[in-house]
Amino acid sequence: MQARERLPAKGECLLSLRGVSKKFGAVSALTGIDLDIHAGEVVALVGDNGAGKSTLVKVLAGVHQPTEGSITYMGRPVTLDSPAKALEMGIATVFQDLALCENLDVVANLFLGHEINPWRLDEVQMEVRAWTLLRELAARIPSVREPIASLSGGQRQTVAIARSLLLDPRIIMLDEPTAALGVAQTAEVLNLIERVRDRGLGVIIISHNMEDVRAVADRIVVLRLGKNNGVFTPETSNQDLVAAITGASENAVSRRQGRLAAEGEKA
Amino acid sequence: MNPEPLDRADARVRHDDSLRGAVRDFTDRLRSGDLGMLPVVVGLVLISTVFSILNPVFLAPNNLVNLLFDCATVGVIALGIVCVLMLGEIDLSVGSMSGLSSAMIGVIWVNAGVSLPLAIMAALATGALIGALYAFLFNRLGMPSFVSTLSGLLAILGLQLYILGPTGSINLPFASPLVGFGQLWILPAWVSYLLGLLPGAVMIWVGLSVMRQRRAAGLSAQPLGRLILKAAALTLGLEFALWYLHLGRGVPVMFALFLLLAVALNYGLKRTQWGRSMFAVGGNREAARRSGINVRRIYLSAFMLCSTLAALGGILSAARLASSSQQAGTGDVNLNAIAAAVIGGTSLFGGRGSAWSAVLGIIVIQAISNGLTLLNLSSSLRYMITGGVLAIAVIVDSLARQSRVSHGRG
Repeated sequence: MQARERLPAKGECLLSLRGVSKKFGAVSALTGIDLDIHAGEVVALVGDNGAGKSTLVKVLAGVHQPTEGSITYMGRPVTLDSPAKALEMGIATVFQDLALCENLDVVANLFLGHEINPWRLDEVQMEVRAWTLLRELAARIPSVREPIASLSGGQRQTVAIARSLLLDPRIIMLDEPTAALGVAQTAEVLNLIERVRDRGLGVIIISHNMEDVRAVADRIVVLRLGKNNGVFTPETSNQDLVAAITGASENAVSRRQGRLAAEGEKA
Repeated sequence: MNPEPLDRADARVRHDDSLRGAVRDFTDRLRSGDLGMLPVVVGLVLISTVFSILNPVFLAPNNLVNLLFDCATVGVIALGIVCVLMLGEIDLSVGSMSGLSSAMIGVIWVNAGVSLPLAIMAALATGALIGALYAFLFNRLGMPSFVSTLSGLLAILGLQLYILGPTGSINLPFASPLVGFGQLWILPAWVSYLLGLLPGAVMIWVGLSVMRQRRAAGLSAQPLGRLILKAAALTLGLEFALWYLHLGRGVPVMFALFLLLAVALNYGLKRTQWGRSMFAVGGNREAARRSGINVRRIYLSAFMLCSTLAALGGILSAARLASSSQQAGTGDVNLNAIAAAVIGGTSLFGGRGSAWSAVLGIIVIQAISNGLTLLNLSSSLRYMITGGVLAIAVIVDSLARQSRVSHGRG
C-alpha cells in the first residue's frame, strides 16, 4: 500500500485505451475499443447483455489480458498482466460477482492481500478501520466478525465497495453496483460515487439502470457487440440511448412504447 | 468517554457476554453445523471408554506414553496434510515420501557414513523439492493434485526401494541420539510441568493485551472473568494430563517437538498474512487472485510444506523403529495422516481447518490402532475399522458443511 506519487489534477486524463481487442478463441468479445477516463469524472458503460462491458472491466482489472491494443495510465503505456498489478497502480474494481471469500469474516475480506502487519496481523487496527470505513459508507453491517456467508446480497455489495476504497485508488470501477441494493442503499452508493468523484478519482460504472446512470454519469459510453457505439451525455433522450444500445431505432423498447401509446389513444 | 463500542452499535446482533450467553452461543454454533473440535472430543471419550472396558491396560500411563510416541511420527505428516487440505487439494504421496526420507537417513548416514545433520538436511530438502515439483505440475500444467501425487506415490516408493538396494533394510545404531530421540528421551518432570503452565500464561498475557488494545480503540472486549476461567481450565487439564503421564515414563521429547510444530503452524495460519491467504485461496480461489494474492505462491508453499513435513515424519519414524526399511511409509501411513486431519475437523473441501485438528485427529487414530492391538485383533480388522472411522469423519464433515451453507456460516 504505497502512497501514490501525487493526486492528478481534475480533468487530467488518467487512463486511455486505444484499439483494445479481446478474443476468446473465435469469439471477439471486444473489438477496437477506445476509452478515456479523466480525473473527477464518472463514465458510465452501458450496453446490452453480451456487449462486452464486463470483459472490458476485467481487462482493466488485470483479470484478462487484451489480445491487441494499447493502454496508457497517467501518461505512461502499461500492461495490466495481473490483478495485483492493477491494484498496485491504483485501479480498484468491484466485480459483478463481488469476489468475496465466504469462509472469511468481513474484516478479513476487506483487508485480503493487504493485511496490516503481515507477520503478526493487527486485528484490532483492521477492525477499527473496517468499522470507520463502513460507517462512512453508511453501511448496515451487523457484525464485522461474522463470515461473509451470513450477509445479505446488499451487505455483501457494500463490503465489496468498501474493499475497493481501502487501497486509496485513482480509478474505481463498479460492475453493476446497485443491482442487488435496496432503495436507500442505492442512493447511498450514488452519493458515494459522487463523493469519490469530487475527491478527484475517475469512476467507471456499469449499469442497466438508466435512471442511476443519468443521475451520476458525466459521459455515457455505449458498447454494442464489443464495439464502441457512441458517447452520450446524460441529457441525451432515452430513445436515442436505447437506440444506440440496441443498434436500431426500431427495437423492442420502442415497439412496446408505440403499442402502449396506441392503446392509450384507443382508451 | 465513548459509551457504546464501535462494534456494538447494531441492535440486531445479540452479544453474549455472560457465561450463559457463552453456552448459548456455543449451542447456536453447533446447530448451524460449525462443529469445530466437538466430534473429535466426543470420539476420544467414546474410544477410551470402550477400550478401557475391554482392556484396562489401555488407560495405563505407560501405554499412553507409547501412544504419544506413535502419534508424533504420523502427526507431523498430518500437519502437512492440513496445509494442502486447507487449499482443497490433497497429497496422497506423504506415506511414500516419509518412507523415502527414512531410507535416505539409513543410506546416507549409516551406509555412506555422512554426518547425521547432513543426512537429515538432505532428506528434508528432497521433501521440499518434491513438493515444489507438485506445485509446478499444479500451477503451470494444471495437473490435479490427486493425480500428480498418486503418480508420485508410486514413483517415490520406487525410489525408496531403489536406494535401499537388495538388502532392503538398514538398522540404525541403537546408541545414536536419533534413536534415543525416537525411543527413549523423555522431558524431565519439572520441565514438562513448567511447560504445562505456559499455554495458560500466554493465553492470559495475550488476552489482556488484546483487551487493552480493543478498549483503547473503542471496541468491545471479552470479559476478564471468561478469559481467566478458560486459562485456568486449560492449565488444570494440562497439568492433570502431565501428572498422569508422569506416573509412567513421562512426556516424550518427540511428542513435544510435534506440539511445537503444531503451535508454529497454528500461529502461521491464524496470525500471519500467509495463513489468511491460505484460507482465502481455499475458500474462493478466484476472489483471492483478484485481491492481489499470488495464488501460485500459496500453492507452492503448501505443497512444499506438506512434503517437507512428510519427510520429517519419515525421519521420526526411522528413529522410532531404529531402522530404515522397505516397509517404512507403506501400509496405512498415508491414510492415517489424511484421516487424522479430517477427523480433527479440517475440511476436505478447503478453506476450513486448523493445526490442532492434526493433533487431536492423530490421537484418535492412534488410540484406535493402539486399542485394537491391545485386543490382539488382526491387522485385517484394524484396517477395516480405521477405514470405517475415516468414512464417518468425512460424512460428518460434508453434513456439517451442508448445514453451514444453509445457516449462512460459510
